[in-house]
Amino acid sequence: MRFVDEYRDADKAQALATQIAALCEPGRQYKFMEVCGGHTHTIYKHGIEDYLPESVSLVHGPGCPVCVIPMGRVDDAIAIANEPDVILTAFGDMMRVPGGNGSFLDAKAAGADIRMVYSPLDALKIARTNRDRRVVFMAIGFETTSPSTAMTVLRAAAEGIDNFSVFCNHVTILPAIKAILDSPDLRLDGFLGPGHVSTVIGCRPYEFIARDYGKPLVCAGFEPLDLLQSVYLLLKQLADGRCEVENQYTRVVPWDGNLRALEAIGRVMQLRPYFEWRGLGFISHSALRMRDEYAAYDAERLFDVPGVRVADPKACQCGEVLKGVLKPWECKVFGTACTPETPIGTCMVSSEGACAAYYNFGRFTRQRLAEAARA
Amino acid sequence: MCLGIPGEIVEIKAGRDDLAIVDVVGVRRAINIGLLGPDQIGIGDWVLVHVGFAMSKIDEAEAAATLAMLNGLGQAYTDELQALAESDIS
Ligand code: SF4
Repeated sequence: MRFVDEYRDADKAQALATQIAALCEPGRQYKFMEVCGGHTHTIYKHGIEDYLPESVSLVHGPGCPVCVIPMGRVDDAIAIANEPDVILTAFGDMMRVPGGNGSFLDAKAAGADIRMVYSPLDALKIARTNRDRRVVFMAIGFETTSPSTAMTVLRAAAEGIDNFSVFCNHVTILPAIKAILDSPDLRLDGFLGPGHVSTVIGCRPYEFIARDYGKPLVCAGFEPLDLLQSVYLLLKQLADGRCEVENQYTRVVPWDGNLRALEAIGRVMQLRPYFEWRGLGFISHSALRMRDEYAAYDAERLFDVPGVRVADPKACQCGEVLKGVLKPWECKVFGTACTPETPIGTCMVSSEGACAAYYNFGRFTRQRLAEAARA
Repeated sequence: MCLGIPGEIVEIKAGRDDLAIVDVVGVRRAINIGLLGPDQIGIGDWVLVHVGFAMSKIDEAEAAATLAMLNGLGQAYTDELQALAESDIS
């Protein structure tokens, strides 16, 4: 595993930690947001915060697509699944997301035909082999998954499969970052940019964050050393008085992104005027819907979607967690009423949700630290 | 779903230049490579697979590091691999 050691080397991590500490201005507090749930996971799993000085804190952003699906959309999907002849298909992560009237799993237990798929192409295959059924794909995700949905629709059209449609819930990351920058709740010093989304959109679209908001952003990889190096790069920019978009993850992220993928999205989907995000409310131009040319594949037009708005449960503080205002363990129901087995909020459902990541890994780090402090 | 899983291209389907077989830790599965372009990719290349589509080309070192990271995820990774193994893309 020589390759892996390169990104895990404890000596290198320690050296970076020293450099990071040296860059911090005495008396100044730094807050960086990691936008992507994958990063949150690495941070808790490897105890990245233990390598950072007290003055540097990482806050979690809204980059977990399962976490931001509002309850009403889950209910809408279940309403579609309950229509005659429908097979609803969804990624495994969606199955336990609570809606206003239970989850997909609950609806399935009550008789709806809801199936888990790995890929939208698997959903298309189900449509191909069940021509007497109407197969709907519950599409979720940022730019890492929207090109795949678009390609699948193009394939369905090319093959003339007319019993396949998409319930489109794709969201785009930039308006969410902008909403966070515009919100008065949080003062941030910079961003760790999402690695996988950036393989599709590239680094250029982040430039407004540096230009208009004066915050640096570094596209970061998912290894512990990637994250430490990215924090270092952010602090270095601040120390030098620079404010730019940098790419730490050049081994995967091309500066211009994946043009074919962007083109596929653009052919099949267009921006919605607004979309509701769980916990964040309505955000303008933050999600995609099917273009008129592909209306025949748009479940929202083929079915009578109730489109009701369901308020989040009172106890749930996912909104504050998604905005980085609260740490998971500060939510009142964390680990008691809300656990991965019985999630109240979405951040506890997906393994990339901040609450689940913290539940699975982080609390051990804190426990350990607390014990060490007592000893 | 957000996890990108590294796979090595072992075959590109004759007559379907958007369809390839990848080897993911010993499991062989069909994936779609239409987002990368047939001229960009060949047998022996490593790609990052998201929901059945190759999304980016990576090198072997990156693939090994990513696999190690995924292994550390435990259940989430096992679930994703299981889903990939059951997937039947054509
Ligand atoms: S503990 Fe549960 S309810 Fe509270 S923020 Fe996390 S997911 Fe939401």
